[in-house]
Parts: sequence; C-alpha cells; structure tokens
Amino acid sequence: MQPVQPLQSVTSAHTDRSLQLTLFIVSLVTASVLGLIVLFIFRETLPALSGPGMLRFVTDESWHPLENQFGMLPMLWGTLASTALAIFLATPLGIGAALFCRYFAPRPIVRPFRALITLLAGISSVVFGFWGLTVLVPLIARFEPPGASLLAASLILTIMILPTVALMSEAAINSVPESYSGGAAALGLSKGATIRQVILPAAKSGIFAAVILATARALGETMAVLMVSGNVVQTPGSLFDPIRTLTANIALEMAYATQFHRSTLFVSGLVLTFVIAALAIAAHRVEHRAGSHHAA
Amino acid sequence: MTPVALTPHSPYTLGTLQSGPACCVPQPILEIKNLTVRYGDSTALDGVSLDIYKGCITALIGPSGCGKTSFLSSLNRLADLIPAAKISGDVRFNGESIYAPGVDVRRLRTQIGMVFQKANPFPLSIRRNLEMPLKEHGVRHSHELKARVENALQDVGLWDEVKDRLDTPALQLSGGQQQRLCIARALVLKPSVLLMDEPCSALDPISSGVVEDLILRLRGTYTVVIVTHNLAQAKRIANYAAFFWMKERVGKLIEFGQSQQLFEAPVDSLTAAYVSGSRG
Amino acid sequence: MQPDSSVSCAPGLMAAPSVAGSTLLTAQVHAKLSERLFVAAVWLAAALVAASFLWIVADIAFHGFAKLSWSFLTEAPRSSGRKGGISTILVSTLLILAVTVAVAVPLGVGVAVWLSEFSRRSSRTARVINIALDVLAGIPSIVFGLFGNAFFCVFLGLGFSIVSGGLTLACMALPILIRATESGLSAVPHDWRQGAAALGLSKAAALWHVLLPAAAPAITAGLLLGIGRAVAETAALVFTSGYVDRMPESLMDSGRSLAVHIYDLSMNVSGGDQAAYASALVLIGLLIVINAVAIQLSNRFMKSRIQPA
Repeated sequence: MQPVQPLQSVTSAHTDRSLQLTLFIVSLVTASVLGLIVLFIFRETLPALSGPGMLRFVTDESWHPLENQFGMLPMLWGTLASTALAIFLATPLGIGAALFCRYFAPRPIVRPFRALITLLAGISSVVFGFWGLTVLVPLIARFEPPGASLLAASLILTIMILPTVALMSEAAINSVPESYSGGAAALGLSKGATIRQVILPAAKSGIFAAVILATARALGETMAVLMVSGNVVQTPGSLFDPIRTLTANIALEMAYATQFHRSTLFVSGLVLTFVIAALAIAAHRVEHRAGSHHAA
Repeated sequence: MTPVALTPHSPYTLGTLQSGPACCVPQPILEIKNLTVRYGDSTALDGVSLDIYKGCITALIGPSGCGKTSFLSSLNRLADLIPAAKISGDVRFNGESIYAPGVDVRRLRTQIGMVFQKANPFPLSIRRNLEMPLKEHGVRHSHELKARVENALQDVGLWDEVKDRLDTPALQLSGGQQQRLCIARALVLKPSVLLMDEPCSALDPISSGVVEDLILRLRGTYTVVIVTHNLAQAKRIANYAAFFWMKERVGKLIEFGQSQQLFEAPVDSLTAAYVSGSRG
Repeated sequence: MQPDSSVSCAPGLMAAPSVAGSTLLTAQVHAKLSERLFVAAVWLAAALVAASFLWIVADIAFHGFAKLSWSFLTEAPRSSGRKGGISTILVSTLLILAVTVAVAVPLGVGVAVWLSEFSRRSSRTARVINIALDVLAGIPSIVFGLFGNAFFCVFLGLGFSIVSGGLTLACMALPILIRATESGLSAVPHDWRQGAAALGLSKAAALWHVLLPAAAPAITAGLLLGIGRAVAETAALVFTSGYVDRMPESLMDSGRSLAVHIYDLSMNVSGGDQAAYASALVLIGLLIVINAVAIQLSNRFMKSRIQPA
C-alpha cells in the first residue's frame, strides 16, 4: 500500500485538456476547408455575379467566350442528359449486380464478384476516359460518326457510377431484417417474388440514397466525359450528337480564361457545388431515415 | 499453485473466514453518504450510505440491475465516463471528498483500482500490460519496473505460469489467466482499495476458485469491494456484506453489516428471503 | 414494412381456392415465367457489369504490356511522352502523394479522434463538422481543382507546384480517412477504454498505447483508399500541380502526375496512345494493389472485431 497522497492536484488533468483543445482546433480547421472552398470560389465569381452579367448565362444564345457570348444552357442540357441516361442505365444494372451478389451468385463467385465491383470503383476516371476514347468512340463511330457523343459520355458514366449503386444497394439489401424474407418464404413466395415484393420495397430508401449519390457523382465527373463527349457546345438533339458538359467546360477553358470569362467558370463550379452538396445531404437524410426505420 | 507471501504483511488480525469478527480495527477508508446515481431520468441508486472498512472484504449482493455496479463505479468516478450519469451525495476517501472540485481523478484511480466482469487485458504483451500503466504514472527505472511487474505477477500467482513468455500477447492467455493479469495490472499501481465487479462470473469453476483464493489473500493488504452474484462465494470471503434491492425501479441499500450476521441473522425480511434463496 | 402487404401480391397462392383449375394453371405458368425472366435479368446485369470491367482491364493490359518494359519505368519521357518512359512522372506522382499523406494523416486522425473520443455526437460542433465532411466528400474533383488553383496557387502564392497539388488532394482525401478512422475507433471494444480509465491513464495514453494501435488496420485501409483516390485524380491536379514533365527539383516545382500524363498523351499528343496504354496499365496496377490491400486489411479488421478478444 502506498502512502496516501492528497487527491487535490491539477497536473495530470493537464495533458488531456491540452490534447482535447488541440484536436478541437484541428477539427475546426479541417471543417473550415469546406468554408474556404465556398468562400474562394465565391470570391472568384464576384466579377461575373455583380453587374448585369448574370442573366446572360441564360439569355445568351450560346457559349463563345471570345465573342462575348456566355449562354450556359446548352452545356447544362448536356450535363443533365448524360447524367439522366447514365442513371437510367446504371440503376437496374447496379441493383441487379447487388441482388446477384446477395441471392443468386454461386458461392465461390461472390467474393471475386464483389472485389471486382470494388476495384471498378477505384479505377481512375482518366483510365475510363482513355478506354472510351480508344475503344468505345471508334465503335460508335462505325454506326454513326463522329462517335464522340452523348451516348459515349453516358455509357462511360454508367460504368463509373455502377459500383456506387451496386455497393450501396447491397448494403441496403443486407440491412433488411432476415425475418422479412423468412415471412415471405413461409407464405410460399418464390425467391424472385420475395425479392420484388418484400426485399426491394424494404430496402428502397437505401437504394434511393445510392441513386442520389450516383447522380451527384455523375454530375461532377469531368475527365472521362471530357475525353469521349466531343466537347461541341450544343443542345443535344440525338444520342449521337457531340456534347459539352459544364465540368468539361471548366477543365477545357481554365487554362486560358481570364477576367469575366474565368469568373464565369467559377460560377458553374459554384452552382455544381451547391447542387451536389444538396444531393449529398439529401442522400444522407434518406439513408438515415432508412436506418432508423429498421431499428424501430 | 505455490502459496505466495504478500508483502508488506497485513497489519490486521483477521478472524477465521467462516466466523468471528471481520477486522479488529474497523477504520473506514471510504465513507459513502447519501449517494444517488441517476442516468438521465431513471434513478439507478438512491440514497445509499455506508462505510467501507480498511483491509476488509466487503461484498455487494443482490439481483441484477439493482445498482451494485453503479455504486462500485461511483467510488472511483468511473461513472464519469457515462455522459448521462449524474451523481449526488458524498464519497470520502481517507476523509477527502472525491467529488470535490479540483480532485485529480487519475490519481484517485491509481489509489482505487478496479477489475471488471469481463477480463480486459490490453492487446499488448503480458509485460507491456503491466509496464505501460507504471510508465504512464512516472515509474522510469528499468529495475524498478521489472521488480514491480514480477511482484504483481507473483501476487496473483501468475509468475510461474508466464515468466518465460512475458513478451507474448496477453490475449493468448486463458480466461482465468487474463482475469488474474487484470488484477495484477490493478495491483501493480499499489492501490489501497480494489473494486471488483463480478470478477469470477465469466470464469469456469476452477479458474473461479483460483481467483477467489487470490482475493482472500489480498485481504488485509488491500481493501476489497466486490460485487458478486454467488452468495456462497460472498459468504466464504466477505467480512462485510451489503444487500441491494430494487424498489419501485430504484436501487436501494436494504441492509449492511458483518457478513456473518447478514447471512445468518438478517434484520430485514427481504434480506432473509434473498439469502435463503426464496427471492431474487 | 410488414410481410403481410405481400400476401395480396401472391396471385397463385391467394387465387387457388376460389378459381377454376385452368385459371390456376395459367397463373402458375405466369409465375414461373416471370420468375425465370427475373433470374435471367439479374444474371444478365451481373454479366454485363463483369464483362465491361474485364473488357476495360483486358484491353489496357493487352496493349499496355506490349509497350511496358523496365526502361519505360526508368527513363524520362521524350518528345512529349511519345518516346522514353515515365520515370519523372512516377517521381512527381510519389512526391504529390507524399505531401498529401503528410498533411492528411495527422489532420484526419486528429479530427477522427476528436469526433469519436472527445465530442458528443449530439453536440452542435460535432454535427456541423460531420455535415461539412459529408458535403466535402461529395464535392466534384474539378471544383477542388478550382479551389486549389484560387487558394493554394494564387492566394497563398504557391504557384503550379507539387505542394499545391498535394494540398488540394489532401483536402479530397480527408473525409475518406476521417470516416475510416472513426469507424475503426468505434469498433474498438469499450472494455479497453474502461480498463484504461480505471488505471488512471490519461486519454492520450489510452489512445496512444491501446486504441489507435487497435484501430490501425482500419486507419491504414482508409489511408489506402484515400491514396487510391488521390492517385486516380486528374481534374483536381491539372490546375494545381500542372503539366510539366521534367524531373522536379523541389516541391515548389510543377510536376505531372501519372493520371494527368495519361490524359495529356491521349488528348493532346498524337501518336501517344502506346505510351498512354502502358501508363494506364501502370496506373491500374497501382490502383488494384492499393485497393486489394485496403480490402484485405478492412476484412481482417472486421473479422478480428467479431471474435471476442
């Protein structure tokens, strides 16, 4: 037994308090990166947003910065069309892949298949773009020149967002309680019917969150789309028309843009940031609600 | 297992285990006054007052959920870890209030050690499990570290079993060995009080017996407060016993006294029913 | 969601007692057919996903191996990358990653430790930080590029440099690293925190000796995923670390990363396809190794978490 020491002392509480303070400051600094991003992008947009310039993004005929034409609508349509088509294709494929992994894949295939999807998620967008440029675009061009087109952009985006849909849907499907499918089996439902009538409806908010996040990713994707879409500023009239997206526009013109022109590029960046932040928060909400739903 | 002499020797004259007075010098080391523990809106423990006597073993008995563990973890302020926990009343350790402002909680916990129901050795080597707390509390000299590690392992009867593999992971030990290592880890800091929360309940009967023998050997050198569900064990080892019971969903201390009296001639009818096995 | 809502959706089952035999037979045929179609659709989706992955990897491996050689990895690029190799590109890539890791690891682990060990989940600051991290994780890389250019290159005066690029990538990798570290720490058994507190150890000591080592595999996995994202990145680097393909002499020099090199070869250099294929193969190889190790580490971590200590 050691001699009784008085309990009153301040020395040893000191280390923890200074550690806590340090980490708190580190956390604030890190979180403020987001603030800095918004602040700095906003700062660069001021020349374009102040004065009469703003409406021109919508009213100007097209985008010819060197001729003082700043209409962004054609590129907005390009972005929306490629994203929508990619979501339309990737959603069923992704959900199918998730169901395959969980219910249909023969045992030895499950792990390699999941690893394949995870690796697909990790591959660089520039590699997808390069593959699209050397394989997909010439292939499309054989049927309908020039090949670099809305279709090529959508297909590349589809492959890129597939893993997001598949992995998150699988997580959502896995979180459906076993008892649900057990109950359905007790009613004599077949595997396919159980999945369609019970599992997918129960997992729908998780899958919905997956689709929202995939949308955000498709809207923000730059390099791969830039490499395969042809980059002609026009409102797409068919699948085979070349398009330019907002993100590709930033990447293409940042190198030489100055003054008002440079500022307009930051405007499109700012708008994208807000849209994607809103989507990310929405996905978080939907997912969160799904989580508490099952817990209840 | 070879009996190991404890150093320094007990200054108290202890009666035989099954009979006789607990301690000759009933000097309180912990005085608990009107202790109430709340978690949010629910009250785990209400208005408990009792003294823990130096060098004795005090057993806390009663059914699950009646506040025994809350009681135990408010004696070394471990309840501070639970954000919702609110503690009122007073606990004095050697006459000093442990909830007074400016109390160094970490120093308090070196003097009041704790052992948990589930053995929780750190994922380190056996040696580092004991050395790391010592180093953190300022023991630097390698021969002192070595000596204290060996003494602690001797005290819990683990030395001969592990002396050749001190640098192997502690998690490779058996359950009983892990629990004894945890006791050694508490003892290595030379506390005066040892709080034990059902230390044997997760062990097989043989390991449980070994740990029980060990607790008995701690008596006199250390003050032990032990929560146990095993009434026979409490009867065998305790000098004092406190009986807790749940009344209207609130934990209460029903009876406290010398172990022999509480088990053989309880004053309260609830206690009588519980120790005779007809309730709880 | 109750299973009973599905009762009405089982035509064969519900219809059986009340309808004539022939209708029942048709219903069964229909059910069987739709079951077959459904299963076929799922297999088709899986096959398409696997096929597109294999197509991409096989195409790049086939063309890439034709050009890839030891000298390709060790020689500097000549004539805009058509000839020579990628040695300077690899050095720049590694330097950019080194800056990223050096900045992101202490910050990321620090934030994660604060979030999981020092703050309460419900506190306002913790909530704000969590939302900021979620949004940060979703911001497109081109926007990080814009920010990096405006803040690091212009405002802080770092110019087109490896430091600017590395710092920009650190901002991108932070949310991934923080989330991985957080989940690693939350999986560490509470018993150890209790045990450490009961020994009067400081939180700093508990973290250093017990909690962080126990969470190390999860932290490493998160770090690797962050590095993977950084290696793959192009859009954020074009306007921050730049295009220069010479050997960088300091961190303040511009340096071209592997992904930027592939982009430049395929878009701006005619006749650069062979070199681009080989570079893409190197990049895919790197990414597959990084991701596979990360997956292995987090799997092992999950397993060790399931087994009682």
